[in-house]
Amino acid sequence: MSAVPVPVPHDIAVSPTIGWRGLVTDWSSDREAFHVAWGKAMMWIFLLSDTFIFGSFLTGYMTVRSSTTVAWPNPSQVFALHIGGADVPLLLIAIMTFVLISSSGTMAMAVNCAYGRDRVRAAVLMFVTAAFGVTFVSMQAFEWTKLILEGVRPWGNPWGAAQFGSTFFMITGFHGLHVTAGVIYLSVVAVRLLRGRYEHRANYQIVEIAGLYWHFVDLVWVFIFALFYLW
Amino acid sequence: MTTATGQQHPISLYLKIWALLFVLSTLSYGVDYFHFHGLLRWGLILVFMLMKAGLIVAVFMHLAWERLALICAILLPPLCLLVLVGLMTAEADYTHLTRLLFFR
Repeated sequence: MSAVPVPVPHDIAVSPTIGWRGLVTDWSSDREAFHVAWGKAMMWIFLLSDTFIFGSFLTGYMTVRSSTTVAWPNPSQVFALHIGGADVPLLLIAIMTFVLISSSGTMAMAVNCAYGRDRVRAAVLMFVTAAFGVTFVSMQAFEWTKLILEGVRPWGNPWGAAQFGSTFFMITGFHGLHVTAGVIYLSVVAVRLLRGRYEHRANYQIVEIAGLYWHFVDLVWVFIFALFYLW
Repeated sequence: MTTATGQQHPISLYLKIWALLFVLSTLSYGVDYFHFHGLLRWGLILVFMLMKAGLIVAVFMHLAWERLALICAILLPPLCLLVLVGLMTAEADYTHLTRLLFFR
């Protein structure tokens, strides 16, 4: 009894390839969920994962701060600077905030210039952004040095709850690492932009993608500033 | 303004947002400088924080001009963190109470 060939319906797509290539073809099936360049979609997904990392850090900080029975050191006094015979609360942190916001402003203008295909101005603005980033990290290094000299350690400090030091070093350290990585990333892209590495493409969208990362670093600082320093 | 390949917006828009972020940062610093306390302090801190975050994400990161599919994919998953915050608030309160009972 010979088998009658059953016609395959047209709407069932059968992948011609097998193995890993077949797996990728089946999962993508020539469909795009996000109508943006793949690099931009991937950067957004990376930033989403980073959001969960910082979100978990801040939630952990909330947990140890609200469960300790020892008084939490007052950040307003801990981070005060002694200037002109008076203690100005949180001064260094406020300046760091303005520096980072300014870097976001120059980054946004770099993206604007990149879409106007003005690569020299875009690269210069990216270098300015990176310089703001270096300023920020230097001020953070100064702040860490000051606190370490005053006796703050991950396991204790002179003013109260021991968890203050561990959450402080963990959260600001991880953020500082992000700023440092961002400075390197922006510098690399700016140098490549000047050398004409992106000329074969129709656009300089890499600048916008690098900008997304940089704005995210600023965004995380907004949350750290509010929840750690001001709370 | 928005093309298939990218986004270009007038530079004056960025300058306005930049100025607005400066104002909001000054205001949130003012909350500490003028020693606001209690619910007013926490409320103001959160309001200024969310306004700044919203401006950065919407304008600087161009999310306001992206398609809804991307906006939802980016903004909805972090809401899970609110569940974590809720769970950990309950956990922290419980830890705090047991510490008050046994370690003081």
